[in-house]
Amino acid sequence: MDSILFLIFAAIAVGCGLNLVLQTHPISSALSLVGVMGSLAVLYLLLGGEFIAMAQLIVYAGAIMVLFIFVIMLLNAGGERRGRKRLWAPWAGAPMVAAIIGIGAYLIQRAAPRTAEVTFGAFQHGNPSDIGTNLFENYVLPFEITSILILIAIVGAIVLARKEIE
Amino acid sequence: MNFLILSLIKAAVVAFVLMTTLAYLQWIERKVIAHIQLRVGPRRVGPHGLLQPLADVIKLLTKEDLLPSHVNKVFYFLAPFIAVFFALIAISVIPFGTEVNLGPVHTAMQLTDLNIGVLFILGLSGMGVYGVALAGWASNNKYALLGGLRSSAQMISYELPTALAIAAPLLMLNTLSFRQLVEAQSGYYLGFIPRWTIFQGPVPQLVSFILFGIAAFAETNRVPFDLPEAENELVAGFHTEYSSMKFAAFFMAEYANMVTVSCVATLLFLGGWQPLWPAQYGSNFLPTAMFLAGAALCFYHGFHPARSFDRITLPAAGVVFLGIAVVFLIPPVAAVLLPLFWFAAKVGFILFVYIWVRGTLPRFRYDQLMRFAWTFMFPVAVANLFLTGLAVALS
Repeated sequence: MDSILFLIFAAIAVGCGLNLVLQTHPISSALSLVGVMGSLAVLYLLLGGEFIAMAQLIVYAGAIMVLFIFVIMLLNAGGERRGRKRLWAPWAGAPMVAAIIGIGAYLIQRAAPRTAEVTFGAFQHGNPSDIGTNLFENYVLPFEITSILILIAIVGAIVLARKEIE
Repeated sequence: MNFLILSLIKAAVVAFVLMTTLAYLQWIERKVIAHIQLRVGPRRVGPHGLLQPLADVIKLLTKEDLLPSHVNKVFYFLAPFIAVFFALIAISVIPFGTEVNLGPVHTAMQLTDLNIGVLFILGLSGMGVYGVALAGWASNNKYALLGGLRSSAQMISYELPTALAIAAPLLMLNTLSFRQLVEAQSGYYLGFIPRWTIFQGPVPQLVSFILFGIAAFAETNRVPFDLPEAENELVAGFHTEYSSMKFAAFFMAEYANMVTVSCVATLLFLGGWQPLWPAQYGSNFLPTAMFLAGAALCFYHGFHPARSFDRITLPAAGVVFLGIAVVFLIPPVAAVLLPLFWFAAKVGFILFVYIWVRGTLPRFRYDQLMRFAWTFMFPVAVANLFLTGLAVALS
């Protein structure tokens, strides 16, 4: 059952990812990205990370992508125009992509050979209280540094976007 | 297999009750608004217009489905489905009462008890924005686009105070499962003050209840925050170009969101199905007393009829009320019905406040709405969360 669900949602994630690249209209691409994030959330859920799954759904699929779509709608961005058709481009590109992915997978496999097989439902520490305990007891420093990093990014965005007022 | 059949039956019952509630909520809204405005409201179809929802459904189903020109067809058709899907699925984690024991079958009055139920609801409400935003964008209509933009900006802004207001009682109750939340609110202080979150120590969560209530009005696009569909500025906002069942889908989504938000407020702040005062002071006899009073009223007006047919219809209604009052006295049935009664009473009260506010308050201006969210709601919610956290840590 878990394997079937994994296959279905992995296929949806890959399909949405491809659609994201292939679509010409920014809204379609953004919605495909929402699809990728939603299926990723389901994959997290299958692996026992309930909290991470819901955070993925709320933060990425819910908040950040809504902002993306909001900006696209506000700028009224139209579909991009395809350039002059080159018939050989997809035929040459597809094997190249396959080759790059293959080499990448091989290198990762060589660099970090698997030590234990991942099984569904084996991980039991994905609930909010475990995450919270870990975050505030074992990983306080990285957590706080990350939050300061994000704060710097926010301040930077405001400085860049601010209108000059004399 | 047993689990599968049981779940299917429960899903069917919940879906039927929810759909009926949504249809009749609209009738109640029209009636209450009418009485606030000194009108009588719908009364043509059935007694007191009680069959009006049925007539509306038939009308919406058989209306012509218009497709405006130059719309983005995929997203135009997808948007109402997204809106209604995420609005309806939220009911699956809401518990309605304690447990049902029918012979060998024991089951909770809930479709599924997630240990992250509260987060699940937050996630769904975030996804629901897409339906509205896409509907506005795909309709090829500038009013619809403005409505969609307003709505997405408003929902993003008000999601923050909502989440912060929810976080404060969660700190006190220390769980994210709705069923455990309600169980943590059982019992009484001094024997009569219920330990609901709005009364519970160390910090009674009255402030976050009010914040959540205000933010909930904005999240569901209701008056006084219904700027996405402000008719004097934007025709009908994001659903201007939708007709027939697609319009009905948006309508249903709005009412389903209202029901969900009221259920969440009840479970988080008002103690779910915990009665207002303890059973030893007779809280178990409240439904019986209410239905007896209703029956007495019906009999009185039946014997002093204003119209000739009142002589038959009102005593018949009185007999029905008497029957319901007796049903609440049968111990095994009452054990199931009493929690359901308290839960429905609280949800119904919040829904009534929704309609009451709609009949009372004028609409905000858009800049007022945004300023209110960021300069008032957000700081107050943060301060409340901080105070609660401090008190919980110290106690």
